[in-house]
Amino acid sequence: MGDYVRQMPHQGSADLARPPSTASRLHIDIPLLLLLMALTTYGLFVLYSASGQNMGAVVRQGRYFAVGYVILILGAQVSLQRYTRWAPWLYLAGVATLVAVMFFGVGAKGAQRWLQIGGFRFQPSEIMKLVVPIAVAWYLSDRILPPRFKYVLVSLALVVVPAGLILQQPDLGTSLLIAASGLFVLFMAGIGWRYIFGAMVLAVASAWPAWMFVFKDYQKQRILTMLNPESDKLGAGWNIIQSKTAIGSGGWEGKGWMTGTQSQLDFLPESHTDFIIAVLAEEFGLRGVLFLLSLYLLILLRGFWIGLHAQTSFGRMMAGSLTLTFFVYIFVNMGMVAGLLPVVGVPLPLVSAGGTSVVTLMAGFGILMAVSTEKRMVVH
Amino acid sequence: MPQYIALKDPNRESRIYSARTVAAITVVLALLGIILTRYYSLQVTEFESYRTQSDSNRVKLQPLPPKRGLIYDRNGVLLADNRPSFSLSVIKERVPDFDATLTELQQLVPITESHLEKFQQRLKRRRPYEAVPLRFRLTEEERAILAVNRFRLPGVVVDAQLLRHYPQGELFSHALGYVGRINEREAFELDETEYRGTFHVGKIGVEKFYEQMLHGAVGYQNVETNAHGRVLRVLERYSPKPGVDLTLHLDIEVQKAAFDALGDRRGAVVAIDPLTGGILALVSTPGFDTNLFVNGISSKDYSALRDSLDVPLFNRAVQGQYPPGSTIKPMMAMAGLESGLVTPESTVPDPGWYRLPGDSHRYRDWILRIRGTGHAPEVDMKMAIAESCDTYFYDLGRRLTIDRMAEYLSPYGLGDRTGIDTTNERQGVLPSKVWKRDTLGQTWYPGETISASIGQGYMLATPMQLAVATSVLASKGKRRVPRLLREVNGEPVVVPELEPLQAEQQNWDSIYEGMLEVVHGERGTANYLAKGIEYRMAGKTGTAQVIGIAQNAVYNEEEVNERHRHHGLFIAFAPAEAPTIAVAIIVENGGGSSAATPIARKVIDTWLFGSSEYKDPA
Repeated sequence: MGDYVRQMPHQGSADLARPPSTASRLHIDIPLLLLLMALTTYGLFVLYSASGQNMGAVVRQGRYFAVGYVILILGAQVSLQRYTRWAPWLYLAGVATLVAVMFFGVGAKGAQRWLQIGGFRFQPSEIMKLVVPIAVAWYLSDRILPPRFKYVLVSLALVVVPAGLILQQPDLGTSLLIAASGLFVLFMAGIGWRYIFGAMVLAVASAWPAWMFVFKDYQKQRILTMLNPESDKLGAGWNIIQSKTAIGSGGWEGKGWMTGTQSQLDFLPESHTDFIIAVLAEEFGLRGVLFLLSLYLLILLRGFWIGLHAQTSFGRMMAGSLTLTFFVYIFVNMGMVAGLLPVVGVPLPLVSAGGTSVVTLMAGFGILMAVSTEKRMVVH
Repeated sequence: MPQYIALKDPNRESRIYSARTVAAITVVLALLGIILTRYYSLQVTEFESYRTQSDSNRVKLQPLPPKRGLIYDRNGVLLADNRPSFSLSVIKERVPDFDATLTELQQLVPITESHLEKFQQRLKRRRPYEAVPLRFRLTEEERAILAVNRFRLPGVVVDAQLLRHYPQGELFSHALGYVGRINEREAFELDETEYRGTFHVGKIGVEKFYEQMLHGAVGYQNVETNAHGRVLRVLERYSPKPGVDLTLHLDIEVQKAAFDALGDRRGAVVAIDPLTGGILALVSTPGFDTNLFVNGISSKDYSALRDSLDVPLFNRAVQGQYPPGSTIKPMMAMAGLESGLVTPESTVPDPGWYRLPGDSHRYRDWILRIRGTGHAPEVDMKMAIAESCDTYFYDLGRRLTIDRMAEYLSPYGLGDRTGIDTTNERQGVLPSKVWKRDTLGQTWYPGETISASIGQGYMLATPMQLAVATSVLASKGKRRVPRLLREVNGEPVVVPELEPLQAEQQNWDSIYEGMLEVVHGERGTANYLAKGIEYRMAGKTGTAQVIGIAQNAVYNEEEVNERHRHHGLFIAFAPAEAPTIAVAIIVENGGGSSAATPIARKVIDTWLFGSSEYKDPA
């Protein structure tokens, strides 16, 4: 059934007749790749300053990016057909590892998030950021869209099971990101607005019981700190006060690369990881922030463009979900550092130091490229 | 196949998808707009306020504590200086795991329970981000160990500070007092600005009395620091004004002579220059090592000092109040002469006791126990002073009355604080009818006048008061507030003269005659002091009863508990022609004045000649 759909000709595929370019033969979306390269280069410059001119940190991050690009290219080579074929197995394996984490997981600070196999340690929840949307998109790609109520229910179940397992690790941030990535698929599939608004009303209505019964003390504390960082100046509020000071004191022009006092004199905590945007804002000013946001916006628009030109509903839904998830990273990170949102462990995508998110994000962009080049495959 | 086409409509799906994309882009743009607005408001609208905040983050106003003034003796010998000392401090806000860090530090350098206890107390009243000291006086080796492990111990700092040091230790303990760490009460009372950065304050003695001069004025510097408080560079600096250096009248050799002569006995010596009122020696034994107090004495050391029967922390020289005994007799004689009640020639019969008219009670003369009779059938003033005849003064006292006695003795400084520039001075008691009524609510009995006339009964004086009284005698009536401080930054300190004690020149001569006879006369009570003496010393012995002795009972020194023996007293000045030193000495439970007299000889010898060859009579 899916095969049949994919063979349907699509309007706007005027370039079908043209011989495939090297890029399309390699399944590379040139504009997206260029934007990503610009972003990662910019990120490395900021990181050099944020890590206290530590070339080692830059080299390490460069290596992560290299691995990320390899994964991106490899991910782009896999046909969407294959992703759909693997989807149920990936999903079952993912859920199984999450259950395994529950029993055999290792972790730190009261959270069990990792699975240790020999000397290799990995975080199954990270993989689920891709597997969940793939599974939901796979499930819906065979249905008539917009999906009927019972398919919506099944899709929600596909989302809730892994999200619930991750929530109890506990890892609220990742759990919400995964739930969002699954829900974005449903949204792009065109579920009725009444579901969406209904869910919003439900979310607002459940805020109070959630505060009372679901949120843990440290989570409540983070929200309270966000609302009033001055209440705990030297404790939890410190990060927010210092990051706001860093951003604000950067002004329009910024204090200059490697001369931000907040970041260089260690006032800013986590300056090279989750709070790196504060370093960028302090040293490059609002100009630097605008440049970063422009890069992000172009990547997002390219993602949406790829979705609009995708050949199959699976590809479309994946493109939409991946793009929106990427946006959630940006929004949550920049919002939390600026004191708009509570502090959750979400990195600034492709700028914050760290390997895990780079791999996941690049794999996501790999799938996006697979979507963007899928149509050319139809010819062969 | 047709049913598939009917069910799944790619064009419709595509349309829906396009609509959703538009919706998504709209939401994305809206949210990015919110983010951008936020950054705009932080970076443009509130830029000034955040820039100020960022500057105040990195720029710290640091207090620069002034160097405490040094203290010298009159010859320029250092009595109190400042030495660099390395201490281990902890900035609690910078320590990730406080308890673990303390445990780790305990493994690196010796830290006792007492250190931790004091540390916890200091921790309670620190300012945020203040380095709170945990250990002081780190050794070279301890500093090296801490330096090596520094990277593992964020928030732990080793810093150098100048710490008060008393090179003479116990010798000047009561003369100088000491500084100690500022406690909660003091922190409240002291000027917060001036004492920012200062950890020590004078607690007692000269160190406390001249605290303001010794402390100096605080300085400031603006420094750029990182978040860990490490100073990266100095931006601006206002130097502190160091405390002034003080030179005292004290003479280390005289002090040493007095201290050594007292030995392990409890007692006090005050030596004073009658010309200036300068204190040449101020000794109270036992003393203690004042260095123990500088950084907080350990509770073990403190309880040892506090609980000792010898009360070493008690400054006998200014706090100890003793019956002056016969040492007041020269002043009593002067009162007799000036009031016209006696002349140098007039005599009093002395059977060895005295009886008030109409009373059978016999007031015994001390000689009765020894000779079974009086000093002589008729005793004149010279003999009365030289041999310390009680009967003569019983009679004089009775005729003078207690109130006039108080009137005549008060110009010598008895019954009132001398105003010496140190702390905790007591005022003694110069009894009078008014005093007894006000203090005890009782009427005065005639018998009490008899006791008072030989410095017993209610009468009490501190060694400092006796020294000042002796100085008044030595200078023939000149009165000055006694001073320890001689020079400030090389400028002499002049003490204004008080209204002098007016008396006839020949009356002074008569008194001197008696006092010279005490030392140089054949029957003088301290005649053994004259052995090998090269100058003329005027003196007066005294004995103060510690417990009352019943009528007809015999005081046997051997049988009496050591703590119940009489106190031995002696006042003296020399050279008699032009006195340059006056001393007052008390030896607690010395048995009699002979415990005190040799000390005077050694002290005066040392002052006049730089040393003393005098040997205690065996």
